[in-house]
Amino acid sequence: MNPAMIPEGAHPLAATVARLVWLLPLLPLLGFLINGTLAMLGVAKIGPADPSANGGHGHGEVPGHADEHAHDDHGHPPRHKFAKIVSLVGPGVLVAAFALAVAIFAAMRGVEMEHPYLLTLFSWMPVGDLKLDATILLDPLSMTMVMVVTGVGMLIHVFSVGYMQDDPGYPRYFAYLNLFVFFMLLLVLGGSYPLLFVGWEGVGLCSYLLIGFWFSEKANADAGKKAFIMNRIGDFGFLVAMLLMFANFGTLDILGVAEQAAELPMGGVIATTIALFLFLGCTGKSAQIPLYTWLPDAMAGPTPVSALIHAATMVTAGVYLVARASGIFSMAPVAQLTVALVGAATAFFAATIGLKQWDIKKVLAYSTVSQLGYMFVAVGVGAYVAGIFHLVTHAFFKALLFLGSGSVIYVLHAAYHKTHNHDDAQDMRNMGGLRQYMPITFSLMWIATLAIAGIPLFSGFFSKDEILTSVFARISHSTLADASLLGMPGGTVLMIVYGLAVASALMTAIYMARMMLYTFHGPNRTGEGERPHLKEAPWVMTGPLVVLGALTAFGGWLNVPALLGAIGPVGGLEHFLEPVVGEAALRTTLGVAPHLPHSTELMLVGAAIFIAVAGIAFAVWRLKPAALVPRKDAPESTGIDRVLENKYFVDEGYAAAFVNPTVNASRTVLWKGFDAGIIDGLFVNGSALLARAFGWMGSQLQTGQVGTYAWVLLIGVITLLGAFTFR
Amino acid sequence: MTAFLSSINYNAWIVPALLLLPVFGAVGLWAHALLTAKAPADRRWREVRILAFAFFLAEALLSLGLWWSIDPAAAGWQAAVDLPWIPQWGVRFSVGLDGIAMMLVLLTTLMMPLAVLGSWTSIRTKPHAYYVMLLFLTVGMLGVFVALDLVLFYVMWEIMLVPMYLIIGVWGGERRLYAAIKFFIYTMIGSLLMLVAILYLGSEASRVAGAPNFSYDFILSNVRLDPTTTLWLFGAFALAFAVKVPMFPFHTWLPDAHVEAPTAGSVILAAIMLKMGTFGFIRFALPLFPSAAMNPAVRSLIIALAVIGIVYGALVAMVQPDFKKLVAYSSVSHLGFVMLGIFSLTVESMQGALMVNINHGVSTGALFLLVGMLYERRHTRMIEDYGGIAKVVPIFATILTIVSLSSIGVPGTNGFIGEFLVLVGSYKTQPVATVISATAVIFAAAYLLWSLQRIIYNKLSKPENATIRDLNWREIGLLVPLLIAIVWMGVYPKPVLEKTEAAARRLVTYVEASANRVPVSASNTAR
Amino acid sequence: MLVEALALSALLFTIGVVGVLTRRNAIIIFMCVELMLNAVNLSFVALSKLYGAAGQVFVVFTMAVAAAEAAVGLAIIIAIFRHQRTVNLQNINLLKG
Repeated sequence: MNPAMIPEGAHPLAATVARLVWLLPLLPLLGFLINGTLAMLGVAKIGPADPSANGGHGHGEVPGHADEHAHDDHGHPPRHKFAKIVSLVGPGVLVAAFALAVAIFAAMRGVEMEHPYLLTLFSWMPVGDLKLDATILLDPLSMTMVMVVTGVGMLIHVFSVGYMQDDPGYPRYFAYLNLFVFFMLLLVLGGSYPLLFVGWEGVGLCSYLLIGFWFSEKANADAGKKAFIMNRIGDFGFLVAMLLMFANFGTLDILGVAEQAAELPMGGVIATTIALFLFLGCTGKSAQIPLYTWLPDAMAGPTPVSALIHAATMVTAGVYLVARASGIFSMAPVAQLTVALVGAATAFFAATIGLKQWDIKKVLAYSTVSQLGYMFVAVGVGAYVAGIFHLVTHAFFKALLFLGSGSVIYVLHAAYHKTHNHDDAQDMRNMGGLRQYMPITFSLMWIATLAIAGIPLFSGFFSKDEILTSVFARISHSTLADASLLGMPGGTVLMIVYGLAVASALMTAIYMARMMLYTFHGPNRTGEGERPHLKEAPWVMTGPLVVLGALTAFGGWLNVPALLGAIGPVGGLEHFLEPVVGEAALRTTLGVAPHLPHSTELMLVGAAIFIAVAGIAFAVWRLKPAALVPRKDAPESTGIDRVLENKYFVDEGYAAAFVNPTVNASRTVLWKGFDAGIIDGLFVNGSALLARAFGWMGSQLQTGQVGTYAWVLLIGVITLLGAFTFR
Repeated sequence: MTAFLSSINYNAWIVPALLLLPVFGAVGLWAHALLTAKAPADRRWREVRILAFAFFLAEALLSLGLWWSIDPAAAGWQAAVDLPWIPQWGVRFSVGLDGIAMMLVLLTTLMMPLAVLGSWTSIRTKPHAYYVMLLFLTVGMLGVFVALDLVLFYVMWEIMLVPMYLIIGVWGGERRLYAAIKFFIYTMIGSLLMLVAILYLGSEASRVAGAPNFSYDFILSNVRLDPTTTLWLFGAFALAFAVKVPMFPFHTWLPDAHVEAPTAGSVILAAIMLKMGTFGFIRFALPLFPSAAMNPAVRSLIIALAVIGIVYGALVAMVQPDFKKLVAYSSVSHLGFVMLGIFSLTVESMQGALMVNINHGVSTGALFLLVGMLYERRHTRMIEDYGGIAKVVPIFATILTIVSLSSIGVPGTNGFIGEFLVLVGSYKTQPVATVISATAVIFAAAYLLWSLQRIIYNKLSKPENATIRDLNWREIGLLVPLLIAIVWMGVYPKPVLEKTEAAARRLVTYVEASANRVPVSASNTAR
Repeated sequence: MLVEALALSALLFTIGVVGVLTRRNAIIIFMCVELMLNAVNLSFVALSKLYGAAGQVFVVFTMAVAAAEAAVGLAIIIAIFRHQRTVNLQNINLLKG
């Protein structure tokens, strides 16, 4: 594991195409530069030489207004003048990156990956004891992430060509999206925590820019800002974790830290603190309790963005980070229990909210939060492979679900435009019966729904089942079971985690089935006018859906459990990731691979299948799509429904508890009270006033009457004479 | 490049030349004013700004050689010049540079032309006097960075004050007189105490040397004071510098001065003059009085004020309705980082502090330029008067976003490097303070993104904003160098860090070593 | 003889002082100031009998200065009169704080 022992050139990968790994992030960066330039060229109107000289002549109308409702015409608005080249460059760089990733992956399969491949690009921050280089770390874990990011990213880029085709900000959109992929690749390939952090904040920045892509709506701009700031709260944790690492280990290289962490005492304060602060970072980026509220709002962005950033890649960065820092986490069982418990609580909590959302994207958003919770359960209990596995399958099926919903919204939106209707194109109450109009989307989304619900042989089944089994296996025999969290024994905590995870699996099946029923089944609830315009989205959008559908259906074969050894090679991903996370995983399970008796395992799988089927069946039995009315006719909900629809009023609570008090206190107490009042008023202007008061007193002696002065002079002279005479 | 510079003996004349060129420039502008006294005002204005810009550009180009000619690793002063000035008092014209001072000199000479371009169209009244003031200001600022004689330093320190007072007081906004006088008196009170301390140090030095002497090097190596005196002298220096930094709670002149000053004034104030304070700590207060500066009580006090400044500045910035004032308060927060870095006294934190110094100059300078450009178009600085203008002025919006991100400290920009180094280094000696300071990453995002949203995003609801015109070529051209600096120093900061590494390391080692030295009273040390 | 001369000088001086203090008219005050000067001159002359000719030299100096002063002072008073139409010092208080 000692990186110093493998010189850069000696690694077997150095002789392969893998030495071009630096091109991976560079390609999307190139795309960003080209698209960004085109975006600027498209909108820029250089101002006059003398800016103050122009009055209000000419440009009278409010241009933003014209842009936003450019689709109000019946015909297609003219596409952006650079649309062709952007459509080529934007997805093109991703295709190239994906091809390169595949080549590197093939090369990696061909060599013994005992050690990670480190590629030092240049010296970054050589300061004092901190010898930070810009280093790329290529190992199976980062390779897995690279494949997901470039692969799913490529599909979503292609989808976007169709989805965004009429948008006036077309080049800007692809510039941001390319930039996002650049930062995401930096995140997964960074060889030191600060470099990882660059990617970490960079994806947050792109997320901010893309959520607020249609910034003229205040709600969108608000959502972007909220995402960035909540992420920053998490980043604070990450930052502090890095400070702790440097102070304790004297290095910030990922491998160096892992090496040093292995020598820490098990369950020691240092490891626990670092791990907990890192996890604070994860709660921000991966939308876990208490920082999850930004993710549902993030749905304000274009739907492909939701698919790429807020489902498949960026939000899973926290899971990746825990796996990446598994060396530290496995030394801190308390932190691991916290991760698992928070993950389970988030999974449960978000699933309950998902039950009552009407906005199709909000359902998926809460589902994402919930599934992320699942992943944290996995990496929390030290089942890193299960966590990453679920990350991968989730990337497939959730990207599919989001893009599918994107298709639906696109079609509905287009229909509304044709009829000048301003209804909400995302509210499920306005949909219904779309099965007959969009059969491809319909069937693909059902595949994804079955996958996420955990129906056997779809990808989600394998990964979800592995997580549940891992938790169960660690209840009895692991470092976690020996530790305790807040006075509760670790075994009990894990049982709670297991219970919450099972309960959320049930709810997942219910709310996903509900979404499908309301969207695609039952009678159609769009107006008469819109109905003729409902049809399948163009192929540039449906094509990626099909590919994702295939991945969703068969992604489970990446890591087949031993129990189902009959259907394919067992534990592919497990073997692949073993060099990276194997040691840490074994540490948690006290040196032996977790093993459950066959009967127990069969029982667990059976229970999981039962729950999935029961959930869907319950939804089909209880929910009556035919009874729904369009949104504008729907009555206000009451009681528990209202609480769930409003997400337990958490946003309002945060505003009342943190945001408003901070802003108000800053304004009234700090600024107006302390700064302007005490410092400036009392001390600064106060001392000036004091000086002025003394001056005024002195000036009162100055009568302006020469006579008075003469008298004072005389008295003074006489006094002096007297003093000298009679002393 | 190095060979060429040494062939023209660059180091021997560059510092005096940099100090003299602006004076020649002032004379040239004065001559222009006399020669064209009868010409129409518009023509005079157009000519004088070109003339002034030419001088500043020449100064910048002249100074560029320093990047190669100064060997940052070498001990001792580079490009040093030492001439007698007032022999009776032992005052000498003694100047020289090290890596730290060199970076600040370059920052000054490179920012000045941009500041002139920034006021290209906005300053139309008394243009000659305005540019002459800027030239004199340059002399004072450069003088502070290069002075190696305490009296020379003090003179330069005060020279700087007068032109800035006039720039604010004559070409400023509505409350310009209030702001100018406040600025002047605030700074003056601090520096007068420093004068007393300088005189005391000089008299001690004279006693040791047997002849009048104000030399920095001599005082540094020969004058030994008892602890109480050291504390008092440190206090006097520290107050002068703390006002300039500005440290909480001596910061209230800053928002007023920034808001009322014309664009170039704000830029220079933020980018360069605030650096005087931190530079003063680095060059004078710390090395001259290490035992006082490292006195646990004093050190804790300064660290505490720095941390309060960081958080307080950010929180107060968050609620400012005036964008210029917001940027001013954000300066308080940023400079708090510098102070934290300096007084944590590790190589990393010191390097970080120097980096934040430069970054703040670039980013906040750029922010003030941008505010100025917006003000020139709409004549209001109130955030609520804008909204949605990204649609109207996309170039402006893009640049404002990038600069704001740099100010927030987003990785990939220079802001991150500085803040990160300060935090990483400071944690070693000041863990609690560092963790509190790290919360600034949240507040910084809050105040800048919130204002960004209210200015360039949201709905374009005010029709008068729909007619704003985007940046012109001059404005783009003057911002581009700053943008390049932002990205370059964020991605590849090594060249900059290398320049100051040796000086920072020397300072840290020196202060650490001498802080615990048993103080010897001056009377026992006579050679 | 000396005593009488000094007594006269003291008397003249006192009259001058009282005049300066009590009168309002600038011209009269000015004349009183001259009176005080001359009182001093008188004592100079008288005392030169004891201390030699230096006192008489001083007197010449004083008279020269007094002449110049008279010119300047009267000019000021005329200037004031032109502005204010009065030389009453009670009405002239530009220096009031």
